[in-house]
Amino acid sequence: MKIIVDQDKCVASGQCVTAAVDVFDQRDEDGIVVLLNDNPPEDLAADVHQAAAVCPALAIVVED
Amino acid sequence: MSVLVVGASAAGLSTVEALRRNGCQEPITVIGAEWHLPYDRPPLSKQFLCGDWDEDRTRLRPDTMLSALGAEFVLGDSAVGLDVDRRTVHTASGRELQGDAVVIATGLRARVLPGQGGLDGVHVLRTLDDAAALRKELLEASRVVVVGDGVLGAEIAATARKMGLAVTMAGPQAAPLQSQFGPVVAGLLAELHASAGVHLKLGKAVTGLTDDNGRVNGVRLETGEVLPADVVVVALGAAPATEWLVDSGLRLDNGVVCDTRCRAAAGIYAAGDVARWQHEDSLLRLENRTNATEQAACVAANIIGDEQPYRPVPYFWTDQFATKIQVHGLPSAAADVTVAEGNLDERRFVVHYRRDGRVVGVLGWNMPKQTRLHREHLVPA
Repeated sequence: MKIIVDQDKCVASGQCVTAAVDVFDQRDEDGIVVLLNDNPPEDLAADVHQAAAVCPALAIVVED
Repeated sequence: MSVLVVGASAAGLSTVEALRRNGCQEPITVIGAEWHLPYDRPPLSKQFLCGDWDEDRTRLRPDTMLSALGAEFVLGDSAVGLDVDRRTVHTASGRELQGDAVVIATGLRARVLPGQGGLDGVHVLRTLDDAAALRKELLEASRVVVVGDGVLGAEIAATARKMGLAVTMAGPQAAPLQSQFGPVVAGLLAELHASAGVHLKLGKAVTGLTDDNGRVNGVRLETGEVLPADVVVVALGAAPATEWLVDSGLRLDNGVVCDTRCRAAAGIYAAGDVARWQHEDSLLRLENRTNATEQAACVAANIIGDEQPYRPVPYFWTDQFATKIQVHGLPSAAADVTVAEGNLDERRFVVHYRRDGRVVGVLGWNMPKQTRLHREHLVPA
């Protein structure tokens, strides 16, 4: 699994963090997405796909 | 269990994606009234309008992801009727499409001012074509009046100002978004716009438009004052696009009325801006981007056989000038506002909205991450 985030598209909603807290975080100053792990273990796959699905800015792409 | 989705925007596409994610391999058909492939609306009033993003960047998904869904997209054709018992949709071009389940995701239609239709230079902003037409005129214009003091009106005013136009915002409220945010935060928004050079003509009703030979040249207020304009944007909110359902027998009341599972009738569901569902002890309809995705996911799960009530924590954001506002829950002007983090003077804060002692809303101003962490204070109604 490979994750790509687009910080320019990100709107700082933090929905990805709610979905997968071990994989995503937000910058303290402006809330923009920070990728903690671009290749997380398979047992987090469902959470990561959920994060990509709920991102209101479509800023997360997951390649299996 | 074939599925027919009426509406090819965020809620419609999210329904398809959630169905496939949940393992549904049955045929899915999506009907879209516009010719465009599914695109995202929040950037239309911001990045697309100012020219930072082109049309391609507003696409919801690239071609590869769309084709991987294995759904048939019928575009440029609008639904004109629904036979609930046969779960069959009739379209403007004469098609008759049937599904074992039908999802209504037709969204909203922008409200207009009486007499607006025949005038050049008057715009609404709902679709990509609307936004492209508005952008073209803003590039030529020097004075724009935005009629509307809600989220969309405020975003358009901010974008037009950034594009270098002289901007006037008109609307009935004392400050932008006051009915949603209350006087404290709305007052800060008014200051934000005023300090960026937006002329605020608020607290007075707009009674009409003035024109010169069919081309708009002003906006008339109830006081008789006329605000001169080269271009006028009408952002007076929107109404659920349900006119095609009038004869369907479905209950229509400020949207398609649904049960707690977003079901309007047996095999008929609604998702997104158009859906008004039973939430706790009242009906709720949300007009925001996040709801389109979350409600679609719930509808998809229920089509497959779950019995999920839809119980979201509402969320929306708005970006105006360099300010990022995040809203969780349902703030209201009637709630008590207290600062929970940061401070108002530094324009970096989180406030709680309380009713009867319960936190019903959390709003952040330039503190997105911290605001999300306050979500846990929201107590379900």
